[in-house]
Amino acid sequence: MSAYVVRRVISMILLLLLLTFVVFVLFSLLPTDPARLTCGKSCTPEIIEANRHRLGLDLPVIQQYWEYLKGIFVGRTFAKDSPDPVVCSAPCLGYSFKRGEEVFVLIKEGFPATFWLALGAFVLWLAAGISVGVYAALRRGKWQDKTVMGISLAGYSLPSFFLGLMAIFFIVIRLQLLPYPSYVSPFENPTQFLQTMILPWIVLAILYAAFYMRLTRNQMLEVLGEDYIRTARAKGLPERIVIRKHALRAGLTPIVTAAGLDLAGLLGGAIITESIFSLPGIGSLAVNSVNDADLPLIVGITLVTATFIIVANLIVDLLYAVIDPRVRLT
Amino acid sequence: MTDLTPTPRRAYIEVEDLSVQFPTEDGVVRAVDGVTFAIDKGQTIAIVGESGSGKSVTAQAIMGLVNARTADVTGHVWIDGQDVVGMTDDELRKMRGSTMAMIFQDPMSSLHPFYRIGAQLTEAVNVHNKVSKKEARDRAIEMLHKVGIPSPEKRIEDYPHQFSGGMRQRVMIAMALINSPSLLIADEPTTALDVTVQAQIMELILELQQEYNTAVVLITHDLGIVADAADQVAVMYGARVVESGVIDDIFYAPEMPYTLGLLASVPRLNQVRAERLDPIPGNPPSPIRLPSGCVFNPRCVYTDRVEGDLCATERPALLPTSPGHMVRCHMSKEERGVVATIALRGLGREET
Repeated sequence: MSAYVVRRVISMILLLLLLTFVVFVLFSLLPTDPARLTCGKSCTPEIIEANRHRLGLDLPVIQQYWEYLKGIFVGRTFAKDSPDPVVCSAPCLGYSFKRGEEVFVLIKEGFPATFWLALGAFVLWLAAGISVGVYAALRRGKWQDKTVMGISLAGYSLPSFFLGLMAIFFIVIRLQLLPYPSYVSPFENPTQFLQTMILPWIVLAILYAAFYMRLTRNQMLEVLGEDYIRTARAKGLPERIVIRKHALRAGLTPIVTAAGLDLAGLLGGAIITESIFSLPGIGSLAVNSVNDADLPLIVGITLVTATFIIVANLIVDLLYAVIDPRVRLT
Repeated sequence: MTDLTPTPRRAYIEVEDLSVQFPTEDGVVRAVDGVTFAIDKGQTIAIVGESGSGKSVTAQAIMGLVNARTADVTGHVWIDGQDVVGMTDDELRKMRGSTMAMIFQDPMSSLHPFYRIGAQLTEAVNVHNKVSKKEARDRAIEMLHKVGIPSPEKRIEDYPHQFSGGMRQRVMIAMALINSPSLLIADEPTTALDVTVQAQIMELILELQQEYNTAVVLITHDLGIVADAADQVAVMYGARVVESGVIDDIFYAPEMPYTLGLLASVPRLNQVRAERLDPIPGNPPSPIRLPSGCVFNPRCVYTDRVEGDLCATERPALLPTSPGHMVRCHMSKEERGVVATIALRGLGREET
């Protein structure tokens, strides 16, 4: 088990290295000239070239990559030989000259909003998706099942920008049930936090819950036909225990996989939902960085998002062994 | 003439005119049609028949495991004077695992793969008894010991995948008997096991039956097991019992053509090698479109011994031919005797 974890962590680190390299090379191949973006309209070619040298952009890509990698661990200083050097402390994921801030700091600032959005939606969609999925499976073929599945298909097909805009238009503007969303930390002002988050949570959860309903329903239908469920009934267990303890537990594995990866993906920013509800999260940051062609920031966000997913993959695989004793982690 | 109908004495378990029907889009599936038998505590009845003859559904109907939403169950299953058919879900649930228990065909898939053996056994104790954790655990260990699992106090911590097929079936037996039920239904308990293990498992079931004085309904298509284990036999074909009686009636004085065919299709050690097995021609009937007359009519080779086309038009009744021996056939008793002699000659049994 521990040998397995060590091996997985090592391969994870290798994968991350490969990932940083690919992302770095990809973005360095873009036609956009990062040096040109360092100063405004009045830039002269001389200043651009000077900046290019100061930022190390005149070095070969491989060397730039090495500097970047080093920066993650020990930090780095841009424009060392100029009168005002820019210090980017470790872990340095680059420096956004557009925003005059370290990329890592920008992402860190955006993380809480993204984290709370993802977590709240995650809890909502799992609770709704699994319970409704089980309900539908137990009434398979009946009108309840068909209704629920129809609604879930609709929920799955509705784009979140449509749902989000409708929610804001009707609930916030027309009916004025909620104040206009304005993000604040839950520790600072819990009421305003909840008022802001409730709509984005629901909008995001509807999209995912639809998928989890179907997944749970199909899993339950499969498991309920298993021999050990018949054994559980033959023991005289009450049906609710047969369902919860025996059937649901057995059908959980793919749900856990999907949930882990979905949560990790959302921690990298829910771009549309964050933009609609103007939440200052990583998703909004990503949109703005693309609009501004802020290359260091784009690279940084891409790396962080990918890291979340790779780590989530490992956690999900470890959870398998916890759920299913037959899984040997070797 | 003596009265051949069974005495009205109530046996411990009486199945009376039990029918199970599944309405489907293609028509009504008659899985079980008017099955009747009775056994006492400590006795074993074997229900024999080929796949699809309704054996397993009969067992599940007795256990109340047939889903009332998808099937119609009619008739009676009297257990100690209580009718199981028509009980509420909760009444049934309370009887399952305590008064009546069941073991299944495939021990590899009958235990929950995610829970320890101990947890699955104590769960069966706890659902019917208010006992402490330790008592339940002790009982589980004791039962595992009884079914012949070595060092049960250690194995109780293991998961099902750490047991072999035979050992898992032992665990299933331990689980079924842990609350000392008075009725044990064994649905092909040895079919999925190695031949050497089969004998051990049957021996174990019979041994524990003696100890607990349990009535056993043994569902099987293995006539060898029936000969060793059963007191009574009910032969099922096309959802109906076609012949029933004590074991000697069925093995030494069978009268129904299907039973004769079944006995003739079993390989025998004293058989000359060149002789081929004697299968019953044709296939069992579809449970949706059962033949209108005798269910065995399309495959029966003796229909010319019955006047007219009675076999094709009229359903024969299950009638006594001697005390306790019931046969469902249109042939006269004399004809049945002649036919049996012809059929059994091949089995080298006429001298017994």
